[in-house]
Amino acid sequence: MTAAVDFTHVSRQFGSGAAAVRAVDDVSLTIAEGEFFAMLGPSGSGKTTCLRLISGFESPNAGTIRIFGQDMGSVPPNRRHVNTVFQDYALFPHMTVRDNVAYGLMVRGVDRRTRMARAEEMLALVHLPEFGGRKPGQLSGGQRQRVALARALVNEPRVLLLDEPLGALDLKLREAMQDELKSLQKRLGITFVFVTHDQGEALSMADRVAVFSRGKIVQTGSPAEVYERPATRFVADFVGSSNVLSPEQSARLGGPARWTSLRPEAIRLAAEGAPGTVTALRYLGAGTRVSVALEAGLDLGVLLPAGAPVPAPGDAVRLTWERSAMHAMEGEA
Amino acid sequence: MSAALDPAHPARGPGDRLTGLFWRRPWVLLALLLAPPLLWLGVVYVGSLVALLWQSFYSIDEFSGMVVPELTLKTYAELLRPSNADVILRTATMAAAVTVASAVLAFPIAYYAARYAKGRWKAAFYLGVMLPLWSSYLVKVYAWKLILAKEGIVTWAFEGLGAGNILNAVLAIPVIGGNSLSTSYIGTFLVFLYVWLPFMILPMQASLERVPATMLEASGDLGARPGQTFRHVILPLAMPGVIAGSIFTFSLTLGDYIIPQIVGSSRLFIGQAVYTLQGTAGNIPLAAAFAVVPILIMLVYLAVARRLGAFDAL
Ligand SMILES: Nc1ncnc2c1ncn2[C@@H]1O[C@H](COP(=O)(O)OP(=O)(O)OP(=O)(O)O)[C@@H](O)[C@H]1O
Ligand SMILES: [Mg+2]
Repeated sequence: MTAAVDFTHVSRQFGSGAAAVRAVDDVSLTIAEGEFFAMLGPSGSGKTTCLRLISGFESPNAGTIRIFGQDMGSVPPNRRHVNTVFQDYALFPHMTVRDNVAYGLMVRGVDRRTRMARAEEMLALVHLPEFGGRKPGQLSGGQRQRVALARALVNEPRVLLLDEPLGALDLKLREAMQDELKSLQKRLGITFVFVTHDQGEALSMADRVAVFSRGKIVQTGSPAEVYERPATRFVADFVGSSNVLSPEQSARLGGPARWTSLRPEAIRLAAEGAPGTVTALRYLGAGTRVSVALEAGLDLGVLLPAGAPVPAPGDAVRLTWERSAMHAMEGEA
Repeated sequence: MSAALDPAHPARGPGDRLTGLFWRRPWVLLALLLAPPLLWLGVVYVGSLVALLWQSFYSIDEFSGMVVPELTLKTYAELLRPSNADVILRTATMAAAVTVASAVLAFPIAYYAARYAKGRWKAAFYLGVMLPLWSSYLVKVYAWKLILAKEGIVTWAFEGLGAGNILNAVLAIPVIGGNSLSTSYIGTFLVFLYVWLPFMILPMQASLERVPATMLEASGDLGARPGQTFRHVILPLAMPGVIAGSIFTFSLTLGDYIIPQIVGSSRLFIGQAVYTLQGTAGNIPLAAAFAVVPILIMLVYLAVARRLGAFDAL
């Protein structure tokens, strides 16, 4: 089966000479058809640029991009079977919601009756059947987001690109939309490429996650792989704020003499174990994150589940964990 | 809390007391701030407009030449006489032509400035557009008279390029042509276009500036060709700016009486008609009626623009 999106050694750089920024640096990736693919990374790591390379608003300085096997080298954005949900939604303020949704059909010359009927169908799909006659300015943020989604889906794209589509929503709405997007993707069978800097969002929604750092993909894998077996220190720290131990520290605590990741939730307070002093507490609702300065000379973060007894800053504690929880990472980075 | 009892904030005299009054009764400050502009708008501005309108319903006694202060529509009937209606038609046509031409000329400039010009180039744009506004209007118009004169640089350039016959062919066009550019409608048109162009560029640029780049990308993303994006997205969003600019170019042309006097075919425009009627002819009512015409034209124009949805993007 041909891949929905295929990057081979793609680079995109802005500016030239000393001031050049390598926004996307020698990236190769393959996104399978029907997959929910998340691009996760901190601000400025090149996620949006990657997405714009797929949609065609940027062209690569090097490498080739294929969509369903076809080289996109000279295909302009309006002739790619790809649609985008923009971060700021980019709804047309002078058109009604219905006309916004029908826009993609209008520019393709679909007659008015058909496209209005299709627009209504799409609005029903995103649970906004009554809103066709309004202007985008009269909608809430979450409603606009749905209209942007309906507008992008009306052309029946084979790949849907979403650039932090939930960034502007409050937590509750965000979680509801996450579920909705996920089930919509299942139902329609469209390939979703989803950009986010929220690791929880990426892990909970995606089939596969690519972690970006400084224009490069540092790891690609299923959410469980990326979370449990981070490939590098960066991934361990960025995805789930793991404790990253240097080879010496790891060896001192009985682990392998390699860079090692130790998840905060894998550590328990116990009567036996590595001694240390509590330095800070952070209450998270579903648990408490405790910072402990070990006598062995390093700091560890510990996640205590809600209900467990919580020590006070200054208390002496002992920490213990399964040795298998110490995951050795490849390489140096 | 009493100020005297608060050691951290001792009372400081009348200034403090005034601030206190404004804080407790915000409308006092608001009223003080709004009074001068409201007086100006209400009395001086609207008042004189009403007086103008009122006078246009007076008439003039044909024998004595005295103003008869009785309300009548006689003066408006006068406006419809062929010689007067000609003046109105000529002025409105010129204003429309100037407006359309400046919109067409201004769009690419405004679009470039809004979308591509950055830093230094933006400064150069503003300077380039505004600079002509800083020099005297009369100087510019007289300069144009010389430029367009039969012995002027335009004729010289055309002849130098061996294109003198093209210029002659243009000047030979009936009605808008003439003896030379500076004595033809074409000349009047060119000078109007030059003088009012900045008033079209600036509002257009401001409205284009507010169109986010992602809006244009969204259009392309949904399959629109560049021409379709222009027609369905850029143009409607720029429309409020185009309308604002056209209000300037249209009404400024409707009211001007100096340019057609200096450059042109010596046929009257509304402004000149008003000028002569209220001066030498002493026919204030007819002058007032003439002056009401541009107002009516603008009202009709705005109503039509509104009906066509030009303000939907506001
Ligand atoms: N048009 C451009 N001109 C110059 N530099 C750019 C341009 N677009 C992006 N960059 C640079 O490329 C790098 C990657 O940007 P990009 O927008 O892809 O990051 P991102 O991962 O989407 O970040 P965020 O999460 O903040 O949206 C950044 O350093 C950015 O400054
Ligand atoms: Mg981004």
